[in-house]
Amino acid sequence: MIADKTQTQSNTHRAIEATFRIERARLIAGLARMVRNIDRAEELAQDALVAALAEWPQSGIPENPGAWLMTTGKRRAIDAIRQGKMRERKHAEIAQELDEASDDATRAIEAAMDDDLGDELLGLIFTACHPVLSPDARAALTLRVVGGLTTDEIARAFLSSEATIAQRIVRAKKTIAKAGLTFEVPRGLERAARLSSALEVIYLIFNEAYAATAGDDLVRPPLAMEALRLGRMLAGLTPEDAEVFGLLALMEIQASRLQARIGPGGALLTLIEQDRARWDHLLIRRGLDALARAEALAEKSGVSDGPYALQAAIAACHARARKAADTDWPRIAALYDRLRAVAPSPVVDLNRAIAHSMAFGPEAGLQLADEIADAAALRNYAPLPAARGDFLFRAGRLAEARAEFKAAAALTRNMRERAFLLSRADACDCER
Amino acid sequence: MRVMVFIKATEESEKGLAPTPEALEAFAAMDAFTEELVKAGVFVAAAGLKPSAEGKRIAFEGARRTVIDGPFAEARELIAGFSIWEVKDMDEAIAWARRCPNPSPGRSEIEIRPFFEASDLEGFVTPEELATPRDGMRGKLGVA
Repeated sequence: MIADKTQTQSNTHRAIEATFRIERARLIAGLARMVRNIDRAEELAQDALVAALAEWPQSGIPENPGAWLMTTGKRRAIDAIRQGKMRERKHAEIAQELDEASDDATRAIEAAMDDDLGDELLGLIFTACHPVLSPDARAALTLRVVGGLTTDEIARAFLSSEATIAQRIVRAKKTIAKAGLTFEVPRGLERAARLSSALEVIYLIFNEAYAATAGDDLVRPPLAMEALRLGRMLAGLTPEDAEVFGLLALMEIQASRLQARIGPGGALLTLIEQDRARWDHLLIRRGLDALARAEALAEKSGVSDGPYALQAAIAACHARARKAADTDWPRIAALYDRLRAVAPSPVVDLNRAIAHSMAFGPEAGLQLADEIADAAALRNYAPLPAARGDFLFRAGRLAEARAEFKAAAALTRNMRERAFLLSRADACDCER
Repeated sequence: MRVMVFIKATEESEKGLAPTPEALEAFAAMDAFTEELVKAGVFVAAAGLKPSAEGKRIAFEGARRTVIDGPFAEARELIAGFSIWEVKDMDEAIAWARRCPNPSPGRSEIEIRPFFEASDLEGFVTPEELATPRDGMRGKLGVA
C-alpha cells in the first residue's frame, strides 16, 4: 500500500482519477461481458470510481488498482441484482454463478487480470466496431468506451453537436443490446471479418483528423493521436495480425507529418512542399518497424500484403526520401499496381497514374489517366484534371494543360487550391 | 502529450549489469511493465544506458571543447535509462510511473519531463520559414 500523506486531497483525487482513466476501458470491458450491457457497465465502472475516491485517500492506492476496481464493480453488479434492480432471469443466473465464487472473488479476478483482460478489451473493441452499427456510430462508440473521450470531446473532433453524438452513442448501445452481442472475441473467419471492421473504424477516426480541412487543425491532431493510440493498443492485443501492423505502420508514418503539413494560417502543405526536417522521425522509425513486422507476419502465414500494409509501404517510400527528389517512384508505382489489385478504387487508380508519371514520364501518366477518364466516381473530381494538367504541362502540351488546370480550378471548392491551379494555368501562357 | 521518463542512476546501476538472480527478476518485472505500456498504447520507445564509466562529457566554454572521461560522481544526477510515452496529461504519466517496478534495490528516482511541442516553439520558427516551399512548385496532386 502506498499512502502519501503529504499530498493534498485534490492531488489525491487527481491521482485516483488518472488511475481510473488508465483502467477504465478494461474495467468496462470486463463488466460489459458480465452484464451484457455497455450502459450498465459504464455505470458500474463509475460506481467503482466513487468507491475508490471514498476509500483510497485513507487506504492509499492499492497495489493492483485494476483488480480492486473490477472487484468493486462486479460486487456492485451482484448487489444490484440482489436488490431486484435487474429482474431478468439471465441476470439472476449470473448472480448465482458469481455468488458461488464470491469468497475469493478478488483473487480470482486478479488471476484473470493477466489472462483474460486483454481478451475482454479486444471483445469490447470488436463489439463497439460491430458491422451491425453504422461507421459513424462505431467511431463515436469506440472513442467513448475504449478511448475514454467525453461526448463533448468527440463532438468537437467530428465538428458535430454534443446532442448529435450523445444520441448516436445511445442508439448504438441500443442496437448492440437488441442484437444480443456477447462482447466475446469470435474465432476463425468471423474474427477476421470483425478485425477488419475494427481496423476500418480506427482508420476512419484517423482520417477524420488527418484529412481535415485547414481551419479545424487546432482540435484535430489530438484525434489523430487518439486513433494512433487505439491502433497501438490493438497491435498490443493482436500481435500476430499482419494488417493490424499494416494499419499501425500507415498511421505512424502519416502522423509523423502532422506538424510539417500545417503551414502559416493553418493551410495544408502537400508532401512535396513539406519541410522534411520537421517530420517526426521517431514516428517514422516506429512506422518502418511496424511495416517490417506486417510484412514478416504476412510472409509467415503465406498471404500477400493487405491494403493497409501496401499503403504503409507507399508512405514508407516517401518517409525514406530525405528530399522529395530522392523519392523512389518506380517502387511506388509498383506498389500502386499491387494496391490496385487488392483494393481497387478510382482514387487509387489516379494516384497510380501520378506515380507512373513520376517514375516513367508524363506519357505513362496520361495513358493511365485516359483509362479512368470515364469513371463515375471521378466525375467532377478536381484532382483528376489537375493531374492531367500536370502530365500535359510536363509533356510540353501547354494549351491542353492550361484547359485542364482551368477545369480543375472550376471544380475545387478550396480557395487556396483554386488559386494554385489558376496560377499553374497562367504559367502555361508564360511558357508559350 | 509526449513525455520522456528518465530512470535516474544509483550506485547499484553504476556498477553495470550482472545476471544475478535479483537482476534477472528485476529485468523480467520491467519487461512485464513495458508490455503493459505497449498494450495500453502508451509506449513509444525506451532504452537502457551503460554506466557512466563508459560515458564521456564534452565541456563547452567559448571556443574551447574539453572531453572528460567517465565515471562521473553523484550517481543520483546521472541517467540509467529512459523511455518515451504518449499520454493524455501529466497525471496519466504519473499514474503509469507509480506502477513502474523499483528500478533499483534501494532508493531510486524516476523523472518525467514533457517534450516541447510545436506551439511552444512559435517564437523560434517564423511563419515565412514554414511558408517556403521546399522543393519546386509541383504539388497539389494528392500523392499519398
